[in-house]
Amino acid sequence: MAGGNFEKFKSDGTLLGNLLEWVDARFPLTENWKGHLSEYYAPKNFNFWYFFGSLALLVLVMQVVTGIFLVMHYKPDASLNAAGVPVAFASVEYIMRDVPWGWLIRYMHSTGASAFFVVVYLHMFRAMLYGSYRKPRELLWIFGVLIYLCLMAEAFAGYLLPWGQMSFWGAQVIISLFSAIPVIGGDLTTWIRGDYVIADATLNRMFAFHVIAIPLALIGLVAAHVLALHEVGSNNPDGIEIKKNKDPKTGIPLDGIPFHPYYTVKDIVGVVVFLMVFSSVVFFAPELGGYFLEYNNFIPADPLQTPAHIAPVWYFTPYYSILRANTVNFFWVDAKLWGVIFMGLGVMILFFLPWLDRSPAKSIRYRGPIYKSALTIFVIAFVILGYLGMQAPTPGYTVVSQICTVIYFLFFLLMPWYTRIDKCKPEPERVTS
Amino acid sequence: MSSSEKKVDCGRRNLVFATAAVGGVATVATAVPFLASMAPSERAKAAGAPVEADVSKLAPGEMMRVEWRGKPVWIIHRTKEMLESLKKVADQVADPDSKRPNQPAYIKGEARSIKPEYLVVVGICSHLGCSPTDKFQKGAESGIAADWPGGFLCPCHGSTFDLSGRVYKNKPAPDNLEVPPHYYMSDTRILIGDDKKA
Repeated sequence: MAGGNFEKFKSDGTLLGNLLEWVDARFPLTENWKGHLSEYYAPKNFNFWYFFGSLALLVLVMQVVTGIFLVMHYKPDASLNAAGVPVAFASVEYIMRDVPWGWLIRYMHSTGASAFFVVVYLHMFRAMLYGSYRKPRELLWIFGVLIYLCLMAEAFAGYLLPWGQMSFWGAQVIISLFSAIPVIGGDLTTWIRGDYVIADATLNRMFAFHVIAIPLALIGLVAAHVLALHEVGSNNPDGIEIKKNKDPKTGIPLDGIPFHPYYTVKDIVGVVVFLMVFSSVVFFAPELGGYFLEYNNFIPADPLQTPAHIAPVWYFTPYYSILRANTVNFFWVDAKLWGVIFMGLGVMILFFLPWLDRSPAKSIRYRGPIYKSALTIFVIAFVILGYLGMQAPTPGYTVVSQICTVIYFLFFLLMPWYTRIDKCKPEPERVTS
Repeated sequence: MSSSEKKVDCGRRNLVFATAAVGGVATVATAVPFLASMAPSERAKAAGAPVEADVSKLAPGEMMRVEWRGKPVWIIHRTKEMLESLKKVADQVADPDSKRPNQPAYIKGEARSIKPEYLVVVGICSHLGCSPTDKFQKGAESGIAADWPGGFLCPCHGSTFDLSGRVYKNKPAPDNLEVPPHYYMSDTRILIGDDKKA
């Protein structure tokens, strides 16, 4: 071959060296290994908060693998079997009772869903602590928010599949959200369901979304997220750019260390601790007191009877609270539509975070008291909204959720103002340990 | 190339635009069958047959549920006292005369029924589609309010309805419960899902 490709990697004459030379002439293997691992320089001051990105990747792989094995036994069929139980519901019980190790694979998958949101929420909080969404990482953040949206869609579609009471009525509520849209709402809802009610058609399409469409989009977005990260380089707890201080000879950031082996080894420690917690839940409390698997979902779907108390799974409850907090019609618009609008805005506003934040310092370490208090109040309001979303609505709770909804939005909407007047400390030249 | 190297060949460029436009139209047209395939199938459309309900054994103050088009339809045998409560709550419900169209033309007035004692409604909340729970007990016992006259509570988002399925003011649900088309085949047999042909 008369090309320069054989020059890229020179074999040392060993069998493995020859093989690598052969591959490198045909595929950028060494190049990618270096670019993304052994010569990707990450800041040397990563702390605890930097575990959650790699953990999210681990959970994604785990969900894909356990999912493949579940699909081998699961049947997306809402019709009733000879015993009068929906086939889909019965097939999940079959996995739990009759498939060898089926219970383990299914509990890994169901616990993995909650674990995914735990690590993703912590990962997002890390970005808010250290300003990781700020220039030049805006697109990286946007890919991240898109991943979060995909995750919510994936979790929603997956939750319908066991065809229990919560599956059915949860889907009924969420799909009905679209009916709030004026003029086209009714027809749109029917189109999404594929029937006039939640039915077999709905179950089958949610199965298609859950196992094919959304995972494909999710994996593509994760690839884009990692590529964008490696293009701009990782942020760090000091919120300063390590690329500003490079070794004049090598061009390597002075505060950077190769991702592999330094952070691969660090992340393995995180993985071990994570798996200890994860396994404890899978083996000893897979339902986690009704938070990971709701008790009403052990009852087959009954289209005639809504359970006395329905609530989404914990990771959706903050936004569910925002939906419920809207109880007043104003500006000629029904409260129902306001609820949907505010819930949608609550997620969409995350896209604008890189431009709402006007602080001169990125990291919380050098920001002033205003942002620190604002972030604290925001987190408290978000947790309260999450708690209230699991409770039955009462007039008192509704008022609290309305207050927290206002706080949630003010945190973002007032950010351009309060981050500018905040008294920041000067950022250091080099990362601190 | 016949024209000069620097000049854009407008004829060829227009051809590129035309090809792209035609290709775009073809792509959009190809999406139509896929999007249309998600609409209710012919089988789903056909499965809307009317159902019959026998109310002869329904005691006053009780309700029964029948399934029509996959939805719960409630039939409530209202007592005199229950019917009187409808007048008292007229100023507390959002749409006392049911002006927003979700009932057949022959359903009128606060009782929202053909025979006042039998209420026939679709038991699906107009907010987000949950099925409300019957709360016929009056007052504080119901767990709703001390002056609760009896009605329905949606467990999902807390909307409340009176004994005619009319939604109370300032609740998430925008509309009263839907009254399905129905008529009396005999004194105690109701056909739900069909109007009496004139």
